[in-house]
Amino acid sequence: MSQENTNYLEIVTKGIWKENPVAYQVLGICSALAVTVKMSTAIVMGIALTLVTAFSGLLISSLRKRIPSNIRIIAELAIIASMVIVIDQVLKAFFYDISKQLSIFVGLIITNCIVLGRAEAFALANKPLASFFDGIGNGLGYSLVLVSVAFLRELLGSGKFFGFTIIPQAAYDIGYQNMGLMVLAPGAFFIIGLLVWLKNSLPGISKEER
Amino acid sequence: MGDLFNLFINSVFIGNILLAYFLGMCSFIAVSKNIETATGLGFAVIFVLTVTSPVNWIIYHTLLGPGALSWAGFGDMDLSFLKFITFIAVIAALVQALEMIIDKYSPLLYASLGVFLPLIAVNCAILGTSLFMVERNYTFIESIIFGAGSGTGWMLAIVSMAAIRKKIKYADVPKGLDGFGITMIVAGLMAMTFMMFSGITL
Repeated sequence: MSQENTNYLEIVTKGIWKENPVAYQVLGICSALAVTVKMSTAIVMGIALTLVTAFSGLLISSLRKRIPSNIRIIAELAIIASMVIVIDQVLKAFFYDISKQLSIFVGLIITNCIVLGRAEAFALANKPLASFFDGIGNGLGYSLVLVSVAFLRELLGSGKFFGFTIIPQAAYDIGYQNMGLMVLAPGAFFIIGLLVWLKNSLPGISKEER
Repeated sequence: MGDLFNLFINSVFIGNILLAYFLGMCSFIAVSKNIETATGLGFAVIFVLTVTSPVNWIIYHTLLGPGALSWAGFGDMDLSFLKFITFIAVIAALVQALEMIIDKYSPLLYASLGVFLPLIAVNCAILGTSLFMVERNYTFIESIIFGAGSGTGWMLAIVSMAAIRKKIKYADVPKGLDGFGITMIVAGLMAMTFMMFSGITL
């Protein structure tokens, strides 16, 4: 049993760090950036994506012997879309403000390459529980990138952390200014580029192919 | 008329679907290595967007939206929560149909666009445009213009990116930044230049 557990743990950690989906498989950056102006939206988006990847992995994997391979994409999309509808309705019911801020980007989880990519690459060939943990690992890896981008953008762009101002007024008095660029779209591109640079320079990680 | 033109310019430059809303990044990164393929995919995206955006408008406003079913006697019905699954199904079906039509009537066009059409079905830019169209309450005509404008903006971005990447091959990029990293930095610079257009009204 303990052997099994370590395996699941390995599946999860693999997605978070070693084969981090955003930085290494160049997947799913679509929706990763537009919601990273603030920490709160980024975290909700990360949780939503993790849940969708995990549960769609679980479902697709348990149906994998029933789905005919020539219509599998449609079947996968239908399962993923249903998951996203559930998440969207839950957000609308309990977190209306955040759901308004996320606007169309919750819906775009459907076309997020990570979800479909994990379904194709992992869930179709593995047992349900393993696929579930693979989804959690990849979802958390995605959230890690999302939240670190959001942290930098919120800190540098508006001097806040979770909506609380943390840059002291004294700093503004002696001439510190918020970096307006970070709130705008280009800031996200720069931060992702720099994060990839940082990660490539750290030891022990397989290098990206050109 | 002026309003429509404004909407077009706005969706091409200031609200560029790729550089301002980050939609369609997957294929943007993957296909921008070569100018010819980038151009082909760009045209395919314009084509599909100009068709799917109005079709989804019709479906949303006659079947899904709040009160849209009043013509069938279900005036208080609101099926708008079904829009995600409906739009993605419509897009996938339309792309498939378009592929078959083009193959039948214009083999020449099929030879250049055909390989890209299946890729497009899961491109977030397509679904995103339809969802934006609902969110911003566009009229039918506006939805066509918005679709065409978003597609044009996307194509402009991917073709210029392909051109820049071709030149970057000869540049001396720091080792860790090479590849994906430098592409993102360049995209950031491009996003800055596209934002310069904001404030233009015609």
